[in-house]
Amino acid sequence: MNRLAVELPGLKLKNPIMPASGCFGFGQRYAAFYDLNQLGAIIIKAATVTPRTGNPTPRVAETTSGMLNAIGLQNPGLTAIMTEKLPWLAERYPDLPVIANVAGAKESDYVTVCQQISTVPNVKAIELNISCPNVAHGGMEFGTDPEAAYALTKACCAVSQVPLYVKLSPNMTDIRVIARAVEAAGAAGFTMINTLVGMQIDLKTRQPLLGNRTGGLSGPAIKPVAVRLINQVHQSSRLPIIGMGGVMSAEDTLELIMAGASAVAVGTANFSNPQACPDIIKALPQTMDRYQIKDLTSLIQEMAVTPV
Amino acid sequence: MLQEKLTVCRQRQLTADVFELTLQGKMATIAQQAGQFVDVLVPDQRYLLRRPFGITQVDAAKQQLTLIYRTVGQGTSILSQLKVGANLDTLGPLGNGFPTEFLQTKQHVLIIGGGTGIPPLYNLAQQLVARGVQVTSAIGFGTQKQIFYEAEFRALGAVHYATDDGSYGFHGHIGLLLDAEFATTHFDAIYACGPRGLLLAVNNRYREHPHAYISLESRMACGVGECYACVVPAEDQQALYKVCDDGPVFATGKVAI
Ligand SMILES: Cc1cc2nc3c(=O)[nH]c(=O)nc-3n(C[C@H](O)[C@H](O)[C@H](O)COP(=O)(O)OP(=O)(O)OC[C@H]3O[C@@H](n4cnc5c(N)ncnc54)[C@H](O)[C@@H]3O)c2cc1C
Ligand SMILES: Cc1cc2nc3c(=O)[nH]c(=O)nc-3n(C[C@H](O)[C@H](O)[C@H](O)COP(=O)(O)O)c2cc1C
Ligand code: FES
Repeated sequence: MNRLAVELPGLKLKNPIMPASGCFGFGQRYAAFYDLNQLGAIIIKAATVTPRTGNPTPRVAETTSGMLNAIGLQNPGLTAIMTEKLPWLAERYPDLPVIANVAGAKESDYVTVCQQISTVPNVKAIELNISCPNVAHGGMEFGTDPEAAYALTKACCAVSQVPLYVKLSPNMTDIRVIARAVEAAGAAGFTMINTLVGMQIDLKTRQPLLGNRTGGLSGPAIKPVAVRLINQVHQSSRLPIIGMGGVMSAEDTLELIMAGASAVAVGTANFSNPQACPDIIKALPQTMDRYQIKDLTSLIQEMAVTPV
Repeated sequence: MLQEKLTVCRQRQLTADVFELTLQGKMATIAQQAGQFVDVLVPDQRYLLRRPFGITQVDAAKQQLTLIYRTVGQGTSILSQLKVGANLDTLGPLGNGFPTEFLQTKQHVLIIGGGTGIPPLYNLAQQLVARGVQVTSAIGFGTQKQIFYEAEFRALGAVHYATDDGSYGFHGHIGLLLDAEFATTHFDAIYACGPRGLLLAVNNRYREHPHAYISLESRMACGVGECYACVVPAEDQQALYKVCDDGPVFATGKVAI
C-alpha cells in the first residue's frame, strides 16, 4: 500500500505534494531539475481570458523568512495555455494531474476560463483564485465579499467539467464567512492560503520597494497563519482543503495535514530550492515514521474525527 | 542548468567592498557563454531568494568558477564571511550570454563596463582574446579606490578608465569617455554591463549597431523563467521579456531600460 496516497474530489494523488500556483509557472523549466512525474499534482500559474502583462517592476522583495510579490497575474492567456502549456505537460507527463488556477477581472471572465480550461483532459480540478491581492479588479474583491464569492463560485461550478476548489484569502477578519458562502455555492473544496498583503519601504529612496506599492507575503513567515486558518476552516466545514503557506519540509507538510489539510502545495520554497517538492516527497516516509504515522489517509481521517 | 553544492576554494578581498569568490564543482565543466549567471542561495535560512551573480571566470580543467561581488546588503555580507571549504547551493549556468559566434579572428570589439558590471565582461574578454579577437575596454568607476581587475583587463588589450571624480583616467561619466575616445572608431561588436546610466548611454549611442549588446539586472525570484518577477518591457512596450530567461543580455534598442 502507498502510505503517501491521498484522495480528494477529482484528484487521486500518489502523494500529497504539489507546486503552488505562480511559484512553478507551467513546470517547463523545473523539468530540467527533476522528473515532474514524482509530483502528486501540479497547480499551474493563473489563467485569464486574454494575456495579462502584470504589474510594474520591481515585483518581488525579500523579507525575513519570507518574500513579497506583486506579479499581477502575468500569464500568456487562456488560448496559449490550452494550446501550448497544457499539451506540453500532457505529452510528457500523461499521468500528472493538473489543477488550473483561474483568475479574472469580472464574473464572465472567470466563467469563460472555467468552461474552456476544464475540458482539457489533463486538467483534473480548478483552483478559483478569488484571493489575489495584487490586481485592482477581480481577485480579492470576490474573495472578501461573501455574496460576490457565492455568486462567482456558483456560476463557475455550473460550467466546469471538473471539481472546483476555491482559493481563500487570509486578508479577512473571519475567513469562515467566505468558506461558508463558497461551500453553499457548490465548491468541492478549498485551497488556502493565498498571500497576506504587505509592504516594504526602501530607506534610500523613501519609496515603496515594489512597483505596485504593496504585495503578497509568502514563505515560512506565514506558516503559523496558514496553520491557524486551515484549522479554523477545517472545524467549520466538511469540504477537503489543499493547504499551503510557508511549507519547506516534510514536517511542515504534516503540520498542515494535522491542521486539517488533505494535500499540500509548496510555493516560495521552489525559489530557494527548485527541488523542494521531490525533496519533501522523499523525506515524508521517514518523517512519518518518526511521528508514528502509518499512512496519510488514516492521518487525515483521524483529523476529521478528532480535529486538533 | 544544474543545482549543485559548490565548495569555496578561495575568497579574496579586492577593494573596500568588493570580493572575489572562487568555487569548485561540476558546474564549471558545463559549457557556458560569457554573460550567463549563477544564482546563489545565501547559507542562512532567513534569506529565501537566491542572489544572481555574473560569472567572472571559468577554469573547466580545475573545475573552478569565479564570481566577483560587492557587499551591498545582508546576503552579500554573509557571502563575504564564507571560509574555504564552505558549501554554497548554486544554480547555473542561467540565462543567455553575449552572442559572439559571428566574430572572426582579428576583428575588434569594444567592451564597456562599470562597477560590478565588469565581472561577466572579464569572462567575455578572456574568451574573445583566446579566439584571436582584439578587445578594447572602456571601464568606469566612481573613484580610483574602487577599481579592481585592472591588471587582468590590461593583459587582454587596451583599457581606458573613466572616474566620476577624475581621480584616475578620464574625468567624467563613461558616456563622455565614449564620445571623446571612440565616436569615430569602428567596432565589430559592442558589449556592455553596468549601472543603468551606463546602459542608457550605450543603448543610445549604439542603437543602430548590428552587434551591440547590453546585460541587465532585475530583481528575481525563480531565476529560471517561471515566475514572471524579473520582466523588462520591450522598447515599443509591445512585449515583456524575462531578464533571467530571455536575457540578461539583450541587443541594444530592444528593451526599455
Ligand atoms: C543577472 C545579474 C547578474 C548580477 N551580477 C552581479 C555581479 O557579477 N556582481 C555583483 O556584485 N552583483 C551582481 N548582481 C547584483 C546582485 O545580484 C545583488 O547585488 C545582490 O543580489 C544583492 O544581495 P544582498 O543580499 O547583498 O542585498 P539586499 O539588498 O539585502 O537584497 C535583498 C533582495 O534584493 C535583491 N537585489 C538587491 N539588489 C539587486 C540587484 N542589483 N539586482 C538584482 N537583485 C537585487 C537580492 O537578490 C535580494 O533578493 C547581478 C544581478 C543580476 C540580476
Ligand atoms: C511569485 C508568486 C506568484 C504567485 N502567483 C499566484 C497566482 O498566479 N495565483 C494564485 O492563486 N496564487 C499565486 N501565488 C500564491 C501562492 O500560490 C501561495 O498561495 C502562497 O505563496 C503561499 O504559499 P507559500 O508560502 O508556500 O509560497 C503566488 C505566490 C508567489 C510567491
Ligand atoms: S526570476 Fe522568475 S521569471 Fe525571471
